[in-house]
Amino acid sequence: MAAAAAAFAEPKTKYDRQLRIWGDQGQAALEKADICLLTCGPTGTEAMKNLVLGGVGSVTIVDGCLGQSRAKSVCSFLQELNDAVNAKFVEESPLALIDTNPPFFSQFTVVIATQLPERSLLKLDSICREANIVLVAARSYGLTGLVRISVKEHTVIESKPDHFLDDLRLHNPWTELKQFAKSTDISDKDPVVHKHIPYIIILVRLAEKWADAHDGHLPSTRQEKKEFKDLIREHMLNLDEENYKEAVESSYKVSVTPGISDDIRQIIDDSSTEVSSSSSDFWVLVAALKEFIANEVNGELPLEGTIPDMTSLTEYYVSLQKIYQAKAESDCLALEHHVKKILKRIDRDPDSISRAYIKAFCKNARKLRVCRYRSIEEEFGSPLLSEVQKYFTDEDYCFAMNFYVLLRAVDRLAANYNRFPGIFDSEIDEDVPRLKTAAVSVMSEMGLNGASLSEDLITEMCRFGGAEIHPVAAFIGGVASQEVIKLVTKQFVPLPGIFIFNGIDQKSQVLVL
Amino acid sequence: MASPDEESPAPTEPERWRDLDMLLSRPGNLVDANFDPSPGLRDTLGSLVEVLVVGAGGLGCELLKDLALSGFKNLHVIDMDTIDVSNLNRQFLFRVQDVGKSKAEVAAERVMERVSGVNIVPHFCRIEDKEIDFYSQFSIIVLGLDSIEARSYINSVACGFLEYDSDDKPIPETLKPMVDGGTEGFKGHARVIVPGSTPCFECNIWLFPPQVKFPLCTLAETPRTAAHCIEYAHLIKWNEVHPGKHFDADDAEHMQWIYSEALKRAELFGISGVTYSFTQGVVKNIIPAIASTNAIVSAACALEALKLISGCSKTVSNYLTYNGLDGTHINVSEFVRDKDCLVCGPGTLIELDTSSTLSEFIKMLEEHPKLLMSRASVTHEGENLYMQSPEVLEQMTRPNLGVPMFELLKGAARATVHVTGMAENNGKKVSSLRKLRVAFKGVEKNSKMDTTESF
Ligand SMILES: [Zn+2]
Repeated sequence: MAAAAAAFAEPKTKYDRQLRIWGDQGQAALEKADICLLTCGPTGTEAMKNLVLGGVGSVTIVDGCLGQSRAKSVCSFLQELNDAVNAKFVEESPLALIDTNPPFFSQFTVVIATQLPERSLLKLDSICREANIVLVAARSYGLTGLVRISVKEHTVIESKPDHFLDDLRLHNPWTELKQFAKSTDISDKDPVVHKHIPYIIILVRLAEKWADAHDGHLPSTRQEKKEFKDLIREHMLNLDEENYKEAVESSYKVSVTPGISDDIRQIIDDSSTEVSSSSSDFWVLVAALKEFIANEVNGELPLEGTIPDMTSLTEYYVSLQKIYQAKAESDCLALEHHVKKILKRIDRDPDSISRAYIKAFCKNARKLRVCRYRSIEEEFGSPLLSEVQKYFTDEDYCFAMNFYVLLRAVDRLAANYNRFPGIFDSEIDEDVPRLKTAAVSVMSEMGLNGASLSEDLITEMCRFGGAEIHPVAAFIGGVASQEVIKLVTKQFVPLPGIFIFNGIDQKSQVLVL
Repeated sequence: MASPDEESPAPTEPERWRDLDMLLSRPGNLVDANFDPSPGLRDTLGSLVEVLVVGAGGLGCELLKDLALSGFKNLHVIDMDTIDVSNLNRQFLFRVQDVGKSKAEVAAERVMERVSGVNIVPHFCRIEDKEIDFYSQFSIIVLGLDSIEARSYINSVACGFLEYDSDDKPIPETLKPMVDGGTEGFKGHARVIVPGSTPCFECNIWLFPPQVKFPLCTLAETPRTAAHCIEYAHLIKWNEVHPGKHFDADDAEHMQWIYSEALKRAELFGISGVTYSFTQGVVKNIIPAIASTNAIVSAACALEALKLISGCSKTVSNYLTYNGLDGTHINVSEFVRDKDCLVCGPGTLIELDTSSTLSEFIKMLEEHPKLLMSRASVTHEGENLYMQSPEVLEQMTRPNLGVPMFELLKGAARATVHVTGMAENNGKKVSSLRKLRVAFKGVEKNSKMDTTESF
């Protein structure tokens, strides 16, 4: 394409590679989001760069660094990256703003706080929680750093997991599917037809056959599953029939446990399903889902309604698709009925939740996620001691746990000395024991007496001297921005705990405290 | 809007580098054995070390910025691509006005504008267009690519420089480490390749399985999905309707034709889901990409490059994967070398008679069961013995074909030669580079080298 022709970039084309991930809805959510950044050093600027490129609605940079006005210059840099974004700046110290102007933060969708000391972070967290604003805190410190999320609750419908079992209901086929399977001659004499009967039909038919011979039970033991596979193979005309190979490979789908997974059960049993007029749409839908299941004979969730590609004649495949779609639609209608009833009950407009939203909910009913985060104050005051002890003794988590304590200890030391340990070459030797003392006090407040820290890591922290080195800042900022994207689009699943970066051997970990 | 340079003068030099200097000037307990901390280390490394960044796309833009801000002062970047509108959501060095220009050139210019004291040399060409010798000047090669073939090529070049001593130990001066990054959507990897000690790209080629293609009979007879309809239009219908006409995926009219044909076929069979965007995705095999994952993976690569060169900390051993779909999962796997690797091993041994000519040698490579290399060009210590192309070089080196190899290699009992040609890789004939050890039968042996490998 000629340069002149592209003076204006069509958003569809410009955002093509990301629209393929989060779709128009995800993009619309980003374009509506107002993001606030506190402190625009390397970590904060890197995080914002990624969000501005992706096309968030607006960004507001708060920085009190005097001299050449860092807030203003970072803001102009960000603006240059994407003119569709509204970039603003506030020249004020984030610490002062947190202390003097808490209402300032309630205008944003997400606040990203970078390089904030513990005391200010605690205060900001309570401000954001009060106003129901998502807080993402990021910190780069030498070769370590962390990213954490704080929000009371974040619910996800489109969690888009990587690998998830297809929703084929082969263990529990409904009438129309059984009828269609029955109407298909799986022993068709025409070899071309025989090797193009989709495995769904083969499995429904043979599962029924199996059940007839086994008191209505489906294969469940290892031996039975093996025998079931043999039964499938007996129906092959020859060994290279792809559809039968697929049937053997998918035969386990007949034996899946019917009903609802523990994860979804937990969501359905959550006390938030006792809905009121202040409940979110998500919880209204979960409440409806609960009623839906109670009313279903099979006790199953709404059907997802899609099938994977499989060897088949086109007509068989398209017919199957329609049967799955029809069942999904009727499940969705049933759920919608419960939704309307509930909305009426809680004095809301029965049409106030869109059908598209209900449809997306049904399609993802097996993949719902609820993420809740304790406040930073709670975590500091009463950490999950058993977890902490486990992390300290686990080889894979030990470094991360040490870094967690040390990152808190450097703030404590900084509060006393007005500088980070190791800033001055001449004081490194004295700072090592000082940092150790601060770390021990952090640990004893956590209720950990006797756990020992790595001397090597204490020395490393002093060597770092609070340095914000660029590749670490880019990494931490990158992780922070990715979490913001997940939180704003409400797609995918955000961090469950505190991400601790380990720049030494790259074995970073997530701690849930 | 005013340019950022007018609005924001770069931070003063000492201020910008204070943090990095802290890390490079102090001794530590968890550092590399060769770490030699000093207040001048950044300057020394910055001026001595030349870094090559391969690719100036999503990863390349990030890598150039991260490396420049990690103290590297002499950078080169190579990329044959020009800037497209769909790059702008993540390739942050490019603007709408840059569409159509060379990625390497624009990226180099933009980073130099922002980071003073950094020199970046752009190369707007294919990686295969460069002489092998070009790659020898770099202390480290950082890869930001989305193609397996290109990774494989650079890997073979870097491993080609590696020489082994008579005990089959890699000679440290010949080591050319690589750092390789890759992303797809919310997932990515970063790895360190130290040829001869950690697995090379080819040792773990199974990590990159070839793409599965639809069987043609499915496309022609039993289409079931939108992708089947699109590939039918793309792979079958196009040639039927436009015999001899080359299909160009970047031509909007061609793509539109594929889309409408796919749509017709989908309607005929009652298949849903064919959209223009999906058609493009299938035909061009578009890999979704976002800024944040590229930033994360590039940062990990740049940090590893800094640690490898300075020794200021340990390095990842040796393969990091990142997955941000559900939380933030980082996993580090320690893969092992394939000791029989054709690419990073000591080189396949070829035994020759002292009378064997260069042309006989080239014939042997074609028939060699492990190499199966056709159209080989041969070099020895940077000197062209025979070049298949360009024509002028072919003519210059043609007289060598009849000369015995023993003579061309100056009467040495054994020698290392590099050959480039077409060889099988992942089921496809691709341009490949191989390192070979040549030994002459009956010539005085002064090492045990020739007994280490037999076939
Ligand atoms: Zn290898």
